[in-house]
Formats: sequence, C-alpha cells, structure tokens
Amino acid sequence: MTELSAHLPQFQHGQLTENFPDNHLSNTNDNSERRRHDNSERRRNDNPESETNGQPQNSIQQVVEQDEEDDEELTLKYGAKHVIMLFVPVTLCMVVVVATIKSVSFYTRKDGQLIYTPFTEETETVGQRALNSILNAAIMISVIIVMTILLVVLYKYRCYKVIHGWLIISSLLLLFFFSFIYLGEVFKTYNVAMDYITVALMIWNFGVVGMICIHWKGPLRLQQAYLIMISALMALVFIKYLPEWTAWLILAVISVYDLVAVLCPKGPLRMLVETAQERNETLFPALIYSSTMIWLVNMAEEDPEAQRKASKNSTYDKQAPANQTRNEDAEADDGGFSQEWQQQRDNRIGPIESTPESRAAVQALPSNSQTSEDPEERGVKLGLGDFIFYSVLVGKASATASGDWNTTLACFVAILIGLCLTLLLLAIFKKALPALPISITFGLVFYFATDNLVQPFMDQLAFHQFYI
Amino acid sequence: AFFWLVSLLLSSLIWFIAVKASDPRDEPLQKGLLIFGVMFSVLLQEAFRFLYYKLLRKAIEGLVALSEDGCSPISIQQMAYVAGVGFGLMSGAFSMINLLADALGPGTVGIHGDSQLYFLTSAFMTMVLIFLHTFWGILFFHGCEHRRWWEIVVVVVMHLAVSGSTFCNPLYVGSLVPSYLLMAVAAAWAYILSGGSAQNLRRFLLCKS
Repeated sequence: MTELSAHLPQFQHGQLTENFPDNHLSNTNDNSERRRHDNSERRRNDNPESETNGQPQNSIQQVVEQDEEDDEELTLKYGAKHVIMLFVPVTLCMVVVVATIKSVSFYTRKDGQLIYTPFTEETETVGQRALNSILNAAIMISVIIVMTILLVVLYKYRCYKVIHGWLIISSLLLLFFFSFIYLGEVFKTYNVAMDYITVALMIWNFGVVGMICIHWKGPLRLQQAYLIMISALMALVFIKYLPEWTAWLILAVISVYDLVAVLCPKGPLRMLVETAQERNETLFPALIYSSTMIWLVNMAEEDPEAQRKASKNSTYDKQAPANQTRNEDAEADDGGFSQEWQQQRDNRIGPIESTPESRAAVQALPSNSQTSEDPEERGVKLGLGDFIFYSVLVGKASATASGDWNTTLACFVAILIGLCLTLLLLAIFKKALPALPISITFGLVFYFATDNLVQPFMDQLAFHQFYI
Repeated sequence: AFFWLVSLLLSSLIWFIAVKASDPRDEPLQKGLLIFGVMFSVLLQEAFRFLYYKLLRKAIEGLVALSEDGCSPISIQQMAYVAGVGFGLMSGAFSMINLLADALGPGTVGIHGDSQLYFLTSAFMTMVLIFLHTFWGILFFHGCEHRRWWEIVVVVVMHLAVSGSTFCNPLYVGSLVPSYLLMAVAAAWAYILSGGSAQNLRRFLLCKS
C-alpha cells in the first residue's frame, strides 16, 4: 500500500479541531433570545432599586450583566449536552476500531510501511530503532505541515475547486478502496464466501451514498455515521502501517503541532478558521464532524435551489433580513460553488433567482428545520483528524499492550476525560481550540503507565484473587 | 471513573517501586508487598473519593451561583450516587475484563489444582464490590456533607475489611459471605440516608401509588 497521498490531506484537515463560527453564532443567538426572555423578568425585579439611576444607563448595564450571566449559565447548561453529543461518536469510532483490531488479524499483521515512514524499526540496537522512529516521525510531521499550509494557501486564494477536487478524490479513495479491503478482510476472518458481483453492488452503494451524504446533503445521522466510518477506516490504516515507536512519537508530536497550529496567531489552522469566519462560511463538510446540521431535506420542492439557499441563510442568522445579496448566497453555499456551477445549474433547471419572495415563501412554510434550530440544538464541531488520532491511540493500545483490555479501557477513559476538559475550555474561551493535546497527553500517560505499572499489579492481584 | 483510575495508577506505582526495590525470588515477601499494596490502594481510593467530593462541591456551588432560582439542577445525593457508580464500574471493569476475555478462549479452570470455581467467585466478588462502591459513595458524601466524620471512617474501615477478607481466597466462604453481609448493611444504611423507609419500601413492593 503505497499510494496514500490523496487521502493524507483528509486526516490532516481534520486537525481543524473545534470549528467555531457556528458555535460562536449559536452563542450570540442564544443570548439575544434569552435576553428577550429574561430581560423583562429581571427588569421587573430590579426596577424598585433602579429608581435613582438614569433608566437607559441602568438598562444597558443590566443588559451587559445579564449578557455575561446568561452566557455562563448557557455554557454550563448546554455544555453538558454538547459533551454527550461528542462522547457518543468518539466512543463509536473507538469501539469500531477496537472491535476490528481484536477480530480481524489483518490490521495487526506487519505488511510493510508507508512511503512516509521509510525507516524500518527492525534494527539491531535500541539506539538505532529510536533514531529511525524519530526520523520517521519527523518526515511524517513535515508532510502534514506542508499539506496543511498548502490547504490554507489554497483556501485563502479561493481555489475552491482544487480543494473540492482534492477532498472528493480522497473521500472516493476512502469510501471505495479502503472499505473494499476492509470488507474483504472481515469476510476472510469469518470465512464467509462471497461473490464479486454482490461485493461490487454493496461497495458501490456504500460508496455512492457516502459521497452524497458527506459532500452534498443527506440525513444528519447518516452523514455522522459515514464520517465515523471513514475516520475508523483511516485510523485502521494508520494502526496497520505505522510501526510502534513511530506511532507513539507521531501522536505526541501531532498534539504539540495541533496546539501550535491552532493557538499561534500565524498558525495555519487558526488562519483557516479565521478566514472562514470572515467570509461567514462553514468549513468543508467532509472534514468536520458536526453534532447538528441544519439542512432541508425532503421538503416538497418546486424551487430546490432557492429553498436550499434560504435554509442555509436562515441557519446562519435567524434575524437576517430577507434580502441578502446573491454574492453572499454563492459564498454561503457549500463553501463556495463557483459561478460556473450556478450557470450550469441554471442551464439545467432554468434560471432561478433566489429572490426575497421565494425565500420568504419558503420560510413561511412549516419546515422541520425550524424546530431543529432551537438554540439548545446548536451543536459542537470536532475535526475528523481528532477522531482519527483518538482511535489510533486506543487501537494501538488494544493491539500491542500487554495489559490488553485494561490498557484499552484506561486509554479510552483518559481520552474521554481529555475531551471533556477541552469542551470545558471551549465553553470558557469561546474560540476554536485544539482538541488533540489534552486527550492525547492523558491517553499516552495512561497507556504507558497502565501497561508498565498497573498491569503487573492487577495480574498479581488476579492471580491471588485479591480485590482492591 | 477517572479518579478511581488515577488512584489505581498511583497505588500501582508505589507497589511497583516496592517490588523493584526488593528481592523477586522471596515469595512471602512478595505476597507481603502485595498485601501492603492492596491496603495502600484502598486508602488511596478513599482519598481520591474525598478529592472528588471536593471537586463536586465546587461545581455545585458554581451551578447554584449561576442558576436563576438558587438551586442546582443536580443534587449532591445524585452526584454521590453517580460517583459511587463510576468508581464501582471502573473497579469492576478492571477486575473482570481480562478474566472475561480469557474465559472466551479454550482452557480448563483449575487444572493445576486451583479452585474450579474461580470464574464464578470472581464474578460474585466483582458484583459485590460494585454495589459496595455505589453505597459507599452515598455514605461517604453524606458524611462529608453533614460533617459526620465517623461515617467516613466507617466507610474506610468497611473497604479495608472487604479487601482484607479477600486475602482468605481461595477459602471463599471467608471472603464472599462477609462481603455480602457488609453489602446488605451498607445498602440498608444508604437507603435510609437517601430518605427511604420501611413504609416507602412496602408501598413500592405492593405497587401502591
């Protein structure tokens, strides 16, 4: 397996940790709503005391204070919900990876290495092995850095078509080729006889539905499921093809890089998030797992394009005036399909103007998107790269640990607690944060500690049947 | 669960250091070190339970300060229950999971002369420990809340007793029976502390509203 450059970008874009534009927007929208709710209440309570001060000043002060209080209250209340919303997919991804590692021996067999890690670890001395793994990790990290910078440059200069092409090729590779291999290995493990025609049909359906769900629109749950599956597939590839010490080194260095790239002012990922925020667009759907997404699906449509645009507009800003410019639409639509695409569409369906009237008509229709636009339902976004690296850690732990299930369980708990802490920090700081460092650090510490310290202890205890 | 894990980590660290610093061939010494490790681990677990209580207390104060009507959405009793369950689940998982994985594979239990009831007794012991951790969580937090230090001491002593009773294994009657009795006592006590009474119980069992 040598040709992996196409999908490499896939995971490293996933480094885009917490995308904040929508979350940020969700917070401000929440505030304005709550302000309306609570303002009247609080004012009634506070009015007796505020007789002396000038009324407008007091109300502004009240609003500002309420703003902050509401903010914190909201973050605490809905923070727990967001945490659960992310726990489930992360857990699912890890469960899939661990289950596969435990049952399908293909992913623990050594069949060579990637071209990105040319140095072997089967050396005579420990020093040589350490050196090789350091070199491997260095090469891998520099590839990742180069690809990330390339992506940011492309995004800044609005070469959306190139980025989309890149993403489409990599998701094609993942959805068709890797899942074909995965299916083949699972069949081999369970000794299931299968003909090529059935397999072709299954993979074709799986792949095409995946492409549609991820890059276009589809039911939210299905899209989430597909994102989890491709993260798991990618993680399995890493577990198989990265030698031991290289893998642990890469995990450690990647969390440092993530920290730097997202928090430093000139960090590539931070620039990416800020540019996306400036242009008021979402980042590419193929790289981010979002716990809620507001798409109109299955609406009775005479005017599909206008509806889609209208719904997208309504997700960004509920109070937006109905007349938004066409440019904004074009940019807000799927991270910027170009004018060409719109012309194409016009040729196919006939010129459709996303006019204020059509938008108003659509927004007047009772739609299921309105219910899901509750402030409470706004979700949190996590980059796919985070999923992948969490799963790599847990998968490697289950594949190569002597303490086996104990180590796996310990790493799993450590990663989840790290994720909790990261989300807590997100609620406090309210800007895009790297999701890797804390979790990976905890995970690595617990892996090495459990494998070397706890495992002998528990072993002895189990042998004598002592209980602690 | 995380706190239990950290306590386990620290206690294994201590034990590991002790073992490495001693003679590996000396059997009774190793067993003695293991017993010491167990006792130390129990004390550390209870210490971490206390730390967790402190953390939750701070969290509740924060929630109360920010809520509109002055009471937090989760009560301290609920947190005590959850903390106990977390501790218990983690402890149970760590005790049992490797056993379960091995149980799936081929083998004969006790072929070298050990007890044939190994899996069964392990399962029962783990179950009783999980329940006990849950009840201890409630008792411990209640003791901390109302400043009744004797409750906390009783919990610690009970934990030491249960762990100590497992030293009689494979004489299972010496470990399982006392543990289950202690569990019954702890269950009744926790039930009464959480506001239950014989009346409630009767009403529940007879399905009256």
